[in-house]
Parts: sequence; C-alpha cells; structure tokens
Amino acid sequence: MNKPDSARPGEKLTNQPRPMTGNEAIARGAWEAGVKVTAAYPGTPSTEILENMATYDPEDVVAHWSTNEKVSVDTAIGASLSGVRAMASMKHVGLNVAADSVMSVTYIGVHAGLVIVVCDDPGLHSSQNEQDTRVFARLANIPVLEPADAQEALDFTRLAFDLSETFDTPVIVRATTRLSHTRSPVFVGTRKEAEAKGWVDDSKKTVMIPGHARMRHPLVVERVEKLEDYFSNSPLNRWDKGDSGFGIVTHGTCYPYVKEVVPKASILKLAASYPLPEKLIREFAATVERVIVVEELEPVLEVEIRALGIEAEGKAFFPRIGELPPELVREGLAKAGLIDAPPAAHDWEVEPIMRPPVLCAGCPHTTSYMALRAIDALVPGDIGCYTLAAVEPLKSIDATVCMGASIGNAIGMAKANSTERPIVATIGDSTFLHSGIPPLIDAVYNNADITVMILDNKITAMTGGQNHPGTGKTLRGEETHAVEYEELCRSIGVKWVKTVDSYDTGELFQALREATEFRGVSVLISNRPCVLDPVKIKGPTLVVKAATCTACQACMNLGCPAITWIDELFEDKHKVEINPVSCIGCTLCAQICPTDCIQPLAQPAPS
Amino acid sequence: MIVGVGGQGVIMISKVLALLCQSQGYQVKQSEVHGMAKRGGGVFCHVRFGEEVWSPTIPMGEADMLIALEWAEGLRWLPFLRPETGIFIADTQRIVPPFACRNRAVGAQTAYAKETPAEILEKVSDGYALDAGGFASELGDARAANTILLGALSASLDFADEDWLKIIAKFVPKGSEKVNERAFGKGRDWIEEVRNNPDEMLPDAPPPAMPAMPAGDVEINLEIVDAWCKSCNICVRLCPERCLELNELQIVRLNDPDACTGCRLCEWLCPDFAITVNRVRLNNNRKGKREAA
Repeated sequence: MNKPDSARPGEKLTNQPRPMTGNEAIARGAWEAGVKVTAAYPGTPSTEILENMATYDPEDVVAHWSTNEKVSVDTAIGASLSGVRAMASMKHVGLNVAADSVMSVTYIGVHAGLVIVVCDDPGLHSSQNEQDTRVFARLANIPVLEPADAQEALDFTRLAFDLSETFDTPVIVRATTRLSHTRSPVFVGTRKEAEAKGWVDDSKKTVMIPGHARMRHPLVVERVEKLEDYFSNSPLNRWDKGDSGFGIVTHGTCYPYVKEVVPKASILKLAASYPLPEKLIREFAATVERVIVVEELEPVLEVEIRALGIEAEGKAFFPRIGELPPELVREGLAKAGLIDAPPAAHDWEVEPIMRPPVLCAGCPHTTSYMALRAIDALVPGDIGCYTLAAVEPLKSIDATVCMGASIGNAIGMAKANSTERPIVATIGDSTFLHSGIPPLIDAVYNNADITVMILDNKITAMTGGQNHPGTGKTLRGEETHAVEYEELCRSIGVKWVKTVDSYDTGELFQALREATEFRGVSVLISNRPCVLDPVKIKGPTLVVKAATCTACQACMNLGCPAITWIDELFEDKHKVEINPVSCIGCTLCAQICPTDCIQPLAQPAPS
Repeated sequence: MIVGVGGQGVIMISKVLALLCQSQGYQVKQSEVHGMAKRGGGVFCHVRFGEEVWSPTIPMGEADMLIALEWAEGLRWLPFLRPETGIFIADTQRIVPPFACRNRAVGAQTAYAKETPAEILEKVSDGYALDAGGFASELGDARAANTILLGALSASLDFADEDWLKIIAKFVPKGSEKVNERAFGKGRDWIEEVRNNPDEMLPDAPPPAMPAMPAGDVEINLEIVDAWCKSCNICVRLCPERCLELNELQIVRLNDPDACTGCRLCEWLCPDFAITVNRVRLNNNRKGKREAA
C-alpha cells in the first residue's frame, strides 16, 4: 500500500521500503512501539513473530518461548501491570489455551500497553480448525485490529499499544496465514522507548475477586462504547468512494481481494472488526443502495450490521468456510447480480497427483507407530508432525483432538473399559511440556491403566524447529536447564519409566510390549533427535541390492520418502531403490527388510 | 507463479523475483504457503508485481507465467495459468512421492503423472520443458537447477542481466556465485535457442514404469498345511500386508485374501514349509504355480 501517514511528529521513515512478511512487520511494529517483554508458544502461522522479535537487541526487548500460550499471556500481563509494554503472540487455537487469562485481563485492563497477536488460519493450511478470533473478541470485549498487508501490520501493531493505554484494555491484532506469510514492501520507522511506569498499587484493579470484578465489569461495557466511538471516527478505516449502486463492507485480508475484483466500487474497510463503528456504518449504508459484507469465515459483521436494521447481505453469496480469494469474491458478487459472471474455468484435462505431506526420511517417529500398529494398540495421538501417522502406511492413530489431549483421552478410554486393546497415548516432547504434564499426574492419581509414549525428538519440530524447556536452549540460544523426563515422571509417581532408542526396532518393540503389559501408568520415552532441527542429520546412505530384492514392499510400510519404485519387477511387482540424497542412514529399512537386500553403501555386502 | 516440492528452492526463486521487481520500482506482493514443505509436500509461491497490486494471490487462470521445479507440480497448478497467453516453464525432473507407490495389487502402476512433456506442451500456449537438473549437473553443481530456471524465466521479462545476477548473488551460498552465473546464462541461452528452433527441445523424460502384465491377470492363493504349522507366528509378524493371523487353534490362516499380493515372504520364511504361494495366470490355469515374472 502507500507510504503510511502514521509517522510520529519528527519521525523519519525509511525512504526505501523493505520487503517484509506480515509476521516480520508485526515484530517490527512492536519493537518500534517500545515493547519490552514478549512471549509466545510456536504455532503456524504465528511462529515467526517471536523468532523475529529475538533478532532485536536483548537490551531493547525480552523474547521468550513460553511453555504454552497461557503462560505467554500471563507473562505479558505481569509485565504490563509492572509498567512496561508487553506482547504475546499465538495461533488462533492458542487463544483457547490462553482464554482463562484473557477473560480476566479484559476486566483488569492494563498499566502499560498490552497487545495479543492472534493469527487465524482460514483454509486450514496447518491447523485443526478454522475458528474466527473475531467471535472470541466479542466474548472478551477486546478490540480487534485487522491489518490488510505488511505495512498495516506494522502500523496497526504500533498503534495497538497506544490504544491499549488510552482505553485501558488489552488489544488483539488479528492476522491470517495469508497476511503472516505474504511479503510486501514496508516503510519502517524508529523505536520510541516507552517510559517505564513501574508498579502501581491498585488491588481493586489488579486482584480479580468477585467484589472487585463487580466494579470492573461496568467499566468494560463503558470502554466498548468509547471504542465504538473512536473507531467510528478513526482515520485508519478506509472509505473508497465509488458508485452508489452497491457498497462493500470488508475487513483485513479480504480488502485486497475485493479491490482486485471491483477496484472502483464503494468500499468501507474497517480497521477494527470489533467493536463495530455504528455511526460510520450507518453513514456508509446511506450512500449506497445495497450493502454487501465480504468477510472470511463467520458472518460476524453481517449479523451485527443487520442488527442495526440495515439490510446487509453476505453469506448468501460467499462461503463460510476457507479463504476468500479473488475468484470466490468474483463468484459471490456475480451471484448477487452485481457484476457479470466470470467465464468458465479452462479445462486442462490433467488429473493432479496426490502429494500429501509425509514423515521425513529417517524420522524417529516412524518406528514408534510401526510398533503401535503391530501390537494393535488403541492410540489417542496429539499435535505434532506425528499426526501424519494417522494415515497409511503407518496408520495407527485413532484419535487426535488438540494440544495435550492424548493423555486425558487415554484415561477416559481406559476407564470406559470397552476394549481389550492396549491403550497408548503418544505425545511429542514439546506438546508434553505444553499441556501433557497435568493429565499425566491425573492418570497416576486416578490409577489409569495406560501407557504414555513421549516421542522426544528434542525440538518443536512441526513449526520448524523451535527450542523448548526440554532442549536446554532459550529462544535466543542461551544455555538453560533442560527438563529430565524420566525424573519428572518418577517424581509424579509413575512406576514404570524407560527410555529407548527409536532407531532400534527390536528394542522399541520389546519395550513397548513390556510397557503395555505393566498394570497402571507406564511411560516409554523414545530418544532420537529430529532429523531436520536443530541440525540436519545425514549419515551414510543405504543401498538396495536389486538382485535380491523380492519386491515384498515391507520397506514401503515405513512410508519413507527416500524409498521409491524402480522399473525392474519381481513377479509383476516393483522393486525399490533408495534415493542417496534424501536417505539419512537411519537403517530402519535395513532392519525390517526380510531378504537383507538393503545394505550400507560403504560396506560391501557379504556374498 | 512458482511451484515445486519442499527443498527445491521455490521460495528462493520467488524471493529473487520479488526483490528484483521491487528494486525496479514496482509494487510487489509475494505470498507463500510452506507449512508442510519440509515434510515432502508441495510448495507454491505467488509473486505479483505491477503499478498497483492488490490481492497477494493470483486468481485462477490469471498467472502470466508458471515456473515448475518438478514435473507433476507443474501439472497440478496449470489451472492458474492463463490459457491463451500463459508461459509454462517446467523442469522435467520427477520426484515420485511414497503415495504414488502404494498400490500393492499385482501389476499395479505408480500413481505418478502419466502425461509426457510433449502432451502438455501441446496444451499450453507457450510452453517449455527442460532437464534443469541435468544441465546443472553438467555445470558442476546440481543445486543450481533453480538458477537455470531463473535464466529461462528472465527471457520473458524486461530486466537487465546484471540486475538479475546482483540479486541472485544475495541468495546463493557463498562461493557458488560463479556457477550460478553460468547457470543463469545457460537457462537464458537454452530458452532463446528453442524459441528459434522448437524442434531442439528434448522434452521426453522416460515414461512411468509399466508392469509386465496388466493388473487382474494373476490370481493368488495360499496353500496352508495345517498339520505342519507350529504356531510360531513368524509369518504373521512379517507379512507386509498384515493379512495373516493365527486362528482359534493357533494355526495360520489368511484373513484378507484381497490384501495378499503373493510376495512369498511367508512361504520362504516358514521354518516348516507349511505355506505355499500359488500364482495362477487366469488365462492359463494349468501352468500357474511358481511362475516368475
């Protein structure tokens, strides 16, 4: 977009814009606003915000990986009440984890600016649901700023801290995957140190007991009214004047899509989708014959605008599911009879192949799930790369709910007592530390007959390799204490704990059998590091001796992307070969090959 | 639009293009989805530039150029290309996903794209298929394949070579600037050559492997001698299709005849010769047993 007019008096913006992703711009905006304490738990698409925060001077800003989103929000609240600007960032479902704190801090308000960045994922690029944070904001009575591109991401984040202090409220900045991961030019400004305000004794504001909360609640309602007024007059809204035939009310990342399709139409882009600026909407609606609401996901604006008595239309023409790219905006406006129908798509007569994501070559999770399938366990899984074991060829996960759910699910499955199958909860190391410890304590406390497998690959792998309290390294790479899982489990009363090598199929099978035969809670920890992070692992490559390969396909049951079919056949089935570039030498295929035709490259095969 | 598979350098190409366009004074938006890229999934990047750019994504059927670093990914994203004028440049390299090698039926083929480059070039208005990986290896660095594609792409855009090379140098590993410069030139020269002589293009990568006989021509049955089975469970544990089990008398039996591929592991590994795998050709029943392909 254009050079912003949000510069502070006397501030010099860069003349040359820099290409930045939405996430980079949010971090930059917070830094420029003088933020002092920031914290987050990684989650696509929000992860890079804190990673970028950590590129700024530690003297300027504290940047933490928290154990979970609730801790990150609590950290930010603590900092804000102590008088310094603070920010927590998370993906949309992370807000659920932090919800308890968020619902209270909305009553408490802030001392120094408090901003919560939430990245929604319409289209489910990497999430378990498509929840719309704008709905949550209404529940919490917290204003939501919605930038449309990287420049606005920077500007709105900067502004959010000021608004937070002016209105004594936490402020949510909402991004979506498309904003977080789109690079566009940004004019950056400079950092303005916020004055540290120190702690102010005001327990009526900071201690939420019923008597105090009763006094705070009316202030929250009053605050929303003030904000409504503010946003009705805010220059951050964009009103593109156009024809009077129809007018589009839209928000955030939908705005560029709408502009793409109808650049000359009357468009009202709201800077904040909560609270709704009633006065402004009424003014806009009066200038057009039909009001069309274009919004991704839930019909939030549409319902509220209709409640004002304005005949707004929206979800009758646009889907409530997934992203709303220009194609769908065009289709919807055509359905509403406002523009000509787009021409039919060209048929290329090409059937695309399936290329679903797979576990990496040498992924240490592979053996765990092979073993679980072999013993026919009932497996509640958790959130991480290993959810990929829910499909063929590993196909062994029976239920996946959300972060940290696996162990609690297992307790319920055991207590339901409706299966003879062993019940094994599988949970990654980072997820275990995020929200797996309380349910493990519960399992011991209530004597559930379950096995818990902690798949310790020593990193938060799914989001691209972030440190956590089990890695012994902080976000900025400083050494710190690393959680000792065996000790932790024993201290909460687990009687059977064992660590095994995930690359030793025999040992892992044997240990899993012992663990499931143990009555009560048993914990099995697999201990190989992720093959990608923190260092890319590459060992000696294995090769297939095609002469003795009988095309039995046993190795294909690993789902290893380094193994593929070749043209040579044995009894009408394809023999296999190993791609030397992607093979990392984990030897799993060699361990399970029944004909010993997979051998290390360096060592000549015995004749 | 630039597409490929994780790890191929799709993001690098789009960053080079985006930065170049920006340095030439255009508005640029570059949108990527890479959440699953590290796990062997596809990666795609939209790069849009011009006087004014709104949507960060390219609407279907409106991409002026589609650059594919992998053959099947190029085919997947064809619907985004402008059918009348779009330029299609694809590496013929095939990265066959495990998913394509999953059909266990006798005689099954890979599920990888069957379309040959010649067939696809017929369909697009302005198409090029090249073995960029092969060219890069000839230059001494297989990783420079994406720079070769950048060279091919550059022939259709009006930017000076030295501007391209300046920005490419920022994104390639230190020390490989020279080979990438040659790779860029190679891509540019190649595309100009085949534009003059379309017959020079050698698009045909080998077709996917064909099995010796069509699926469904072979019937498999297992002969189990109950008296010889001593319930050792070896075959049950090793069967890749998991279609064997011990029955209530602890004797092995085939529980899912449709899943059995006749791989013979149970026959070979049984210490007591209790299992024989019969492969019967449906059109020649008498000959069936122990017939190797």
